[in-house]
Amino acid sequence: MTAWVHDVIWLIPALPLAGFLVNAVAGRRMSRGLSGMIGVAGPVLAFVVALPAFLEAASGVLISQTLWRWIPAGETAIDVGFRVDPLASVMLLVVTGIGSLIHIYSLGYMKEDPGFSRYFAYLNLFMFSMLVLVLADNLLVMFVGWEGVGLCSYLLIGFWYQDLKNADAGKKAFVVNRVGDFGFLLGILFLFVSFGTVNFQELRSAVLEGGGAPVLLLAPAALLFLGACGKSAQIPLHVWLPDAMAGPTPVSALIHAATMVTAGVYMIGRLDFLYVQVPEIMKVVAIVAAATALLAALIAVVQTDIKKVLAYSTISQLGFMFAGMASTFFYTGTFHIVTHAFFKALLFLGAGAVIHALHGEQDIRKMGGLAKSLPGVFLTFICGAVALAGLPGSAGFFSKDAILQAVYARANMGYNAFGFVWIALLATAFLTAFYSARLLVRVFFGAAAEPRHDLHRPGSSMFVPLVVLAVGSLFAGGLLNPWMERFLSGGQVAAHGTAPPHAHALNATLSWILSLSGFGAAFALYALRGDLAARFAESDLGRVAYRWVSNKFYVDEAYHWTVVAGTKTAAAALWLAVDRVLIDALMVEGAGWLAYRAGTALKRVHTGVISLAAGAMAVGSAGLLAYVLYRILNHG
Amino acid sequence: MDNVPWLSLVTWLPAAAAAGLLAVSRKELIKKIALAVSSAVAVGAILLVAGFDAGAGERMQFAESVSWIATDDGALDIRYALGVDGISLAMVFLTALLIPLCVLASWSAVKVRVRAFYAALLSLETGMLGVFMARDLFLFYVFWEAMLIPMILIIGVWGGPRRVYASVKFLVYTMAGSLFMLVGVLYCYFASDGMFDMERLPAGLAGLSLQEQKWLFLAFGIAFAIKVPLFPFHTWLPDAHVEAPTAGSVILAGVLLKMGAYGFLRICIPFFPEGAAAFAPAVVALSVVSILFGALMCMAQSDIKKLIAYSSVSHLGFVMLGLFSFTLAGGQGAVLQMVNHGLSTGALFLLVGILYERAHRRGTDDFGGLAKPMPRYATMFMIVTLSSIGLPGLNGFVGEFLALKGAFETRQGAAVLAALGVVLGAVYMLKLYRDVFWGPVTARRNEALLDASPLEAVSLAPLLVLIVVLGVWPGLILNRTEPAVRAALERVAPPGEYSMSREAPHADR
Repeated sequence: MTAWVHDVIWLIPALPLAGFLVNAVAGRRMSRGLSGMIGVAGPVLAFVVALPAFLEAASGVLISQTLWRWIPAGETAIDVGFRVDPLASVMLLVVTGIGSLIHIYSLGYMKEDPGFSRYFAYLNLFMFSMLVLVLADNLLVMFVGWEGVGLCSYLLIGFWYQDLKNADAGKKAFVVNRVGDFGFLLGILFLFVSFGTVNFQELRSAVLEGGGAPVLLLAPAALLFLGACGKSAQIPLHVWLPDAMAGPTPVSALIHAATMVTAGVYMIGRLDFLYVQVPEIMKVVAIVAAATALLAALIAVVQTDIKKVLAYSTISQLGFMFAGMASTFFYTGTFHIVTHAFFKALLFLGAGAVIHALHGEQDIRKMGGLAKSLPGVFLTFICGAVALAGLPGSAGFFSKDAILQAVYARANMGYNAFGFVWIALLATAFLTAFYSARLLVRVFFGAAAEPRHDLHRPGSSMFVPLVVLAVGSLFAGGLLNPWMERFLSGGQVAAHGTAPPHAHALNATLSWILSLSGFGAAFALYALRGDLAARFAESDLGRVAYRWVSNKFYVDEAYHWTVVAGTKTAAAALWLAVDRVLIDALMVEGAGWLAYRAGTALKRVHTGVISLAAGAMAVGSAGLLAYVLYRILNHG
Repeated sequence: MDNVPWLSLVTWLPAAAAAGLLAVSRKELIKKIALAVSSAVAVGAILLVAGFDAGAGERMQFAESVSWIATDDGALDIRYALGVDGISLAMVFLTALLIPLCVLASWSAVKVRVRAFYAALLSLETGMLGVFMARDLFLFYVFWEAMLIPMILIIGVWGGPRRVYASVKFLVYTMAGSLFMLVGVLYCYFASDGMFDMERLPAGLAGLSLQEQKWLFLAFGIAFAIKVPLFPFHTWLPDAHVEAPTAGSVILAGVLLKMGAYGFLRICIPFFPEGAAAFAPAVVALSVVSILFGALMCMAQSDIKKLIAYSSVSHLGFVMLGLFSFTLAGGQGAVLQMVNHGLSTGALFLLVGILYERAHRRGTDDFGGLAKPMPRYATMFMIVTLSSIGLPGLNGFVGEFLALKGAFETRQGAAVLAALGVVLGAVYMLKLYRDVFWGPVTARRNEALLDASPLEAVSLAPLLVLIVVLGVWPGLILNRTEPAVRAALERVAPPGEYSMSREAPHADR
């Protein structure tokens, strides 16, 4: 019944691409209704095709389709081809499903915006790129999607380009991602040159069967992870994501929370056969992930911009996913991608509804008491916050617990570093629950910080997606939990070893305690004794801590004063010293001194001199040629 | 039909028209003739591409050869010999495509000495086509020199305020290179017992000692390195570009620079393989320096044209890097990158020309927020920017990737450093885009700037279409150039050493 989908896999990315083309070419001449309908149709139809593809994968059938020969590279060649295995099928549903919801939400959110059709064009282009990334059957086609989503991210962060702040945030995102992609590209080259292919299937057999020296795999694994750090905002390349919040809020939900930023995690799942061979690199991945998770959660606690809280939360949760991947229980990371997509998209869309209602206000200190005036948003937002906090029973609980167990198991297999990672993640779990509750309280509870009138209430196109996502945030984890491991492990490299028998009980108990205590502590602190937090902030210790944390540990400043300023200065200095002075003044103008003198002296006759020079050259050349011919003839 | 000298027709049509223009005095008519003739040549080039047999190997196609300067005893036999293989075809196509766009770009921009301008432009086209088609070393040299004269005139007569300085600098650099090359040409003649035939010369020169090969490589190599331009021979380029009129910049970047790389591929590497191998480390090092240095220079520029000029230094570095990896992937990447750079940088100069014609300024700080008054223009500029920074899916990526792959197979360190250029490329191009197009409109005078006219959009359309098409289907070029690139690299690296030569993994699919 679903076999027909084998031949039309290409439609999944092609449908949003068509939407992009229509809106890009004719969007400005169409009515908003039509333009929006075309914009929504692409991802929704892609979802319709993705569904049977998922069912095929679920029934154990691989789908693959080779479209055309892309790069004939001598002895080898790279084709454009797509492939749906269990991992890809899960991502397909997440991207098209949540993508569709966010497109629908955008109809309401962007209703008044003059760039309406441009917005949908970009958003469709993003869907296309993301789906290419997910479906790619080789690294280079994946890279097309990989950079494509980066481009759309850049365009959408800078969507309101007339404000330079947005433009700069977009540029920063692109450039930081390019630093990661420098690694990604070299990683691809490494694999291509060592194995003669970039195709996932062929690489898999080459790596697994070849058994060759794992030392050959260290460099590509590390380099590709650098790419993942860029795309998925891990230390040290995390700096772009908070700034990316300059884009419209549904964009933050789709690109900078639910889908694009998980691409790095997905890539590691895709290359499980590679990463499972390099425990040294996985240790690095785990440490980077844990450090990112913890530090970002700390920063999230003190942020006052509703979107920035969520942005740092995303960075932190991505750290969780990488930790799951690093444990080599790959399915846990993917599981968290899925649940996180639900609740983080929900939280962003909820935040968007709040911002929309308050005419653009994003500062949570100026919010409060919105529970009464926006009850629908409030109720759905609770679902999201509960799931983010990982309260027992919610979607976030199950996936987070699975990661904690996996990391714990890995630590028990003799990888001691994972012990620290585990502790850091536990601390993060507490902080996550804490800032989730803080956000909830500051936005919806208590008294309104400012008197407000004419709230913009969300229309149904905005509200329905919230409800769907809320349901997912509550139940997706419990529903998928028994199934996820079996389904995903089928297509993937088996993790080595199993968890110790007590791991399940221990981690579940800790998850219960930490999430509830974190949530409760924040409630107590912000809802009941709001003065305590303020008093801590004014103490000596509090002031120092606040300064460091709220300045994000000065990483941006450090980059600015070293890499950015260094490059700029070097560029200016080299230009003066090498091009202007060394080459031009000393060498060229020294050597061509006579010609130059003649040029300046003759400047008075203006262009005449050039005709003269050209003529002289012509005559000279002709003379030279004649002479040479004469010599040759005589010689002959 | 086989006896029709198609290549001569295509090559000499513009020169004949240039001569014919001398009899015409109405400016409008002159422009129309120039447009018609260059368009006809472009159509001719497309027909050549269509008629080209991609499966025929490295053989020269459409070949024609007649005796030109010869002695009866056969001691001297200079032939007028033309022919194209895949590499030549790609360059001929690029040249023929860009000239009509240059005519359009000059339509209202060139106001003085109109007749002389178009005559120069058309004779320039003949010279360039001749360089890419010549099969006789002497003929090659004649075209090479002949083409320089109209180029210098275009910069020096129709250029900007410092045109005299720029063109004298160009002249000095070029003449220096040409002199060395002439010596090289003659030495080749004597060393090969009187041969100018470029197809037979590689074999004819097989007896050269390593020392001779090195000297000859240098003699030709310096002329070509200046054209590429390879660091440190590049400083003529920013000045020439800034002062040249739009058409001049487009031709400089689009075609002229390619002649350097073409020369290496056609002459230096196959004629003097051991010399090339001996200098390869140095050339690779200079390529990497060009890539990084050129990119850094871009960051220090505030003149848009100068910035794009320096970006050429960086991009052509990739061409040389790929070429001197002596791998098939690297060579193929180099040729593709030559075409890609012609398209994207040609388009960038056309775009800057459009802006300059409206605002008579081209400093990055003269503008800001142009996306508002000029949305169509801003979109086109964005597409070309993305092509220039090598976004996968557009044309720039594939060439860069193959060049890097070639380098990676042979010299990993160089490839890693060169890949940094990809990061820097994004930095300077996106900064340019941000400064010019985003933010609020900074100057009142810019608020009323007219968006690109439909005619301007149409004149850029061929380039934009090719930017996308070659990104998705680079095989259009690569399939045709492969035998020729293989042949050119044959003697410097035996086929077994092309790559980590494994079985083609796709063969069994």
